[in-house]
Amino acid sequence: MAFTVKINGQTKSVDVDGDTPLLWVLRDVLGLTGTKFGCGMALCGACTVHIDGVATRSCVTPIEAVGSSDVTTIEGIGGTPVGARIQQAWLDAQVPQCGYCQSGQIMSAAALLAGNPHPTDADVDEAMSGNICRCGTYGRIRKAIRQIS
Amino acid sequence: MALAHFNSRSVNPEAAGLMSGISRRRFLQVGAAAGGGLLLGLSLALVQDEAEAAGVEAFAPNAFIRIGTDGSIVLTMPYVEMGQGTYTAIPMLIAEELEVALDQIRLEHAPPNAKLYGNPLLGGEQATGNSNAVRASWQPLREAGATARTMLIAAAAKRWSVDPASCRAQNAEVLHVPSGRWATYGELAADAAGVPVPDHVELKRPEAFTLIGTPARRLDLSGKVNGTAVYGIDARPPGVKIATLAQSPVFGGRVKSVDDAAARAVNGVRQIVRLDDAVAVVGDHMGAAKKGLEALKIEWDDGPHASLGMDGIVAPLEQATLHPGPVAQNIGDVDAALAGASTKVEATYQLPFLAHAAMEPMNCTVHVRRDGCEIWVGSQALARVQAAAANTAGLPLDSVVVHNHLIGGGFGRRLEVDGVIRAVQMASQVDGPVKVVWTREEDIQHDMYRPYWYDRLSAGLDANGRPVAWNHRFAGSSVIARYLPPGFKDGLDPDTTEGAIDLVYALPNLRVEYVQVEPPGIPTAFWRSVGPSHNVFVTESFMDELAAAAKQDPVAYRLALLEENPRAKAVLALAAEKAGWGQELPPRIGRGVSLQHVFATYAAQVAEVEVAKDGAVRVRRVVCAVDCGTVVNPDIVRAQMESAVIFGITAALHGEITLKDGRVQQSNLDSYPILRMNEAPEIEVHIVQDSEPPGGMGEVGTSAITPAVANAIFAATGQRLRKMPVDTAALKQPG
Repeated sequence: MAFTVKINGQTKSVDVDGDTPLLWVLRDVLGLTGTKFGCGMALCGACTVHIDGVATRSCVTPIEAVGSSDVTTIEGIGGTPVGARIQQAWLDAQVPQCGYCQSGQIMSAAALLAGNPHPTDADVDEAMSGNICRCGTYGRIRKAIRQIS
Repeated sequence: MALAHFNSRSVNPEAAGLMSGISRRRFLQVGAAAGGGLLLGLSLALVQDEAEAAGVEAFAPNAFIRIGTDGSIVLTMPYVEMGQGTYTAIPMLIAEELEVALDQIRLEHAPPNAKLYGNPLLGGEQATGNSNAVRASWQPLREAGATARTMLIAAAAKRWSVDPASCRAQNAEVLHVPSGRWATYGELAADAAGVPVPDHVELKRPEAFTLIGTPARRLDLSGKVNGTAVYGIDARPPGVKIATLAQSPVFGGRVKSVDDAAARAVNGVRQIVRLDDAVAVVGDHMGAAKKGLEALKIEWDDGPHASLGMDGIVAPLEQATLHPGPVAQNIGDVDAALAGASTKVEATYQLPFLAHAAMEPMNCTVHVRRDGCEIWVGSQALARVQAAAANTAGLPLDSVVVHNHLIGGGFGRRLEVDGVIRAVQMASQVDGPVKVVWTREEDIQHDMYRPYWYDRLSAGLDANGRPVAWNHRFAGSSVIARYLPPGFKDGLDPDTTEGAIDLVYALPNLRVEYVQVEPPGIPTAFWRSVGPSHNVFVTESFMDELAAAAKQDPVAYRLALLEENPRAKAVLALAAEKAGWGQELPPRIGRGVSLQHVFATYAAQVAEVEVAKDGAVRVRRVVCAVDCGTVVNPDIVRAQMESAVIFGITAALHGEITLKDGRVQQSNLDSYPILRMNEAPEIEVHIVQDSEPPGGMGEVGTSAITPAVANAIFAATGQRLRKMPVDTAALKQPG
């Protein structure tokens, strides 16, 4: 079935089953490999994208549910003011190690700060604890978010 | 290591491309075989294409450095980046001596070639592991940089007819100091290629270092914050199909029958591939492949391990510790000392199987052709990948091209090539390239696990509580016996016993025995902090037990045994001081300490742990003191300690793989949980300045934290946990 989706401001047509998770459409069909596969069950957050600004796990989001919403991925988040600031803060705090989860971390942080520019530590825990980092960069993520909030 | 040895081992003039007209062609061939491993946004192929188009030749005095006549400086990384910062620390070593800035260089993944890129600390294996990339590189890669610098200076001096001693290298230029004349490395590259490789070079004195010792920013991060970093799982050769697989749920089982009618009917499914013990579905994308896999009806023959449970694994280990085994260490007379001791302490400990659960699930992309094979993967052991693929596909070694990639977490998992073998088996049945991606469930249920360990200890204390005898016998799998068989001698190997036979304390009578017992059918592998991840938990928990038996403070008790070991004493004292050791804490909050010397680094940790009424454990704060000799990059040292601490807390609080009916019971990150931000403690890292050669840093924090947490739980509750992970039920507050 054909679907038309809006990704990072560009309209794309894809021909897949409606229940195909957005993650695979992004990675395998459209070649946007910055969004990562980690668990397939919305447990780790590596696949986080924004759908109309809301942090969403693309591994459990069927393409048919996306409709005409704006999808933003890590490849596009630097084009938003908050996304660019977060990317810079991540570099300033030297956050990433293996880096595999960081697309998802940045997308979760961007959604948090877009809606709540001055989050408390509890807000940060709430927004970020769905994103696993196996390298354990949590302290630096917290520091980076504090730096710009 | 002597430079002469380094040259003969590492520098193959043909492969390294001392550039003349003929050798340049050869170099490009070698380079092409190295493939287009995409690195930091620039592929090797692209570098070469650009160079060729520009008619650029290059100066490549060894296998690590290539300087183009266009001024490009490309460093080939013998060790792979998996988060530990090696793609910054290794360039710092080379750049320090080469006299170039980090922003002037580009990096490439090394191709498979153990002759050029073998790890001298791992028997020449081309492998990244055991926290030794910086240790292995410290001398040879500084020499590599100094060699290039010396040759560039010689070329400039010859061109200007001046004494090389009157020239200086700086910022990718050679300067003739008296005249102020200068030339860029690019301008000198062609001449430098004709300079004989010197057999001796001067290394900079530490006080002249401008890069080593600085918190230089990592070179691999920009792509990691904007989605352009390319991991193995991101490889997309033209026409690639995606496959996912189901392997026999029981280790050693086989496929009995497959009904694939429903799977074939799934939109986007292209092919079903059947092996003896696995089935894969090949599709246009992972969504189709997964849907197809779920639609398969597979009947398995479970094989000989169909009824295996934990009893069948633990009982043989326990039994093995009741009888003497090969002696790994024997100092003094343990039996006599035990017999004469005032107090005797005995305990047994157990550590579980653990999965690696790297964030990037297992994957490997393969294109098998009639006359060759091409592989895209992230590997800690690239030459092993090439050999395994050649062997599996029945192809000559040099027909297998391997492109290495950034690794989304290694932790030892990517030292193994089981996934490569599996992917090549499948790709041999597929026309065109196929990317085989493990689901998280397959990744966890078909990992190669950290061994299960069973330990039995006894110690004797004198009238003052000081240990006079230490007797440690343990049983478990030897990974070395399988992975590097020559390293397993007389029933012993250096990894399995590290952290058990080399305690920092003055123990006049000490005996350590190890009994190799392999679990039936279950593959075991290296896991972050390897042997010490087991041994330090046991020895530092037991040392705490001795302190408790002697009714002494755990830090003071240890310090009294460190008179001969000033580096160990210093880190312990520093960690205790910074942690506020001895200061009052509320009920059910406790501090625990650990001390170790493994991976050639001294580390002490104090964990502060809170145990809730329901037994839930929260690690509030971890203070680390580390002496890793000369620090190449203090920020990476800190980052690795932070990382390894979190990794170890995950294991201590949550980590356990169990088997029932021959099947791994955990499957995804709900049943195999990883520490999350809301559980992460504050971590402080204090570095002791030292001028000794560098020690390892990637793993020390993991082995150190588990006993620190267990000892803190003891301090908070009086409960001694001798089996990991933490059993919260045992910590529930009565009443």
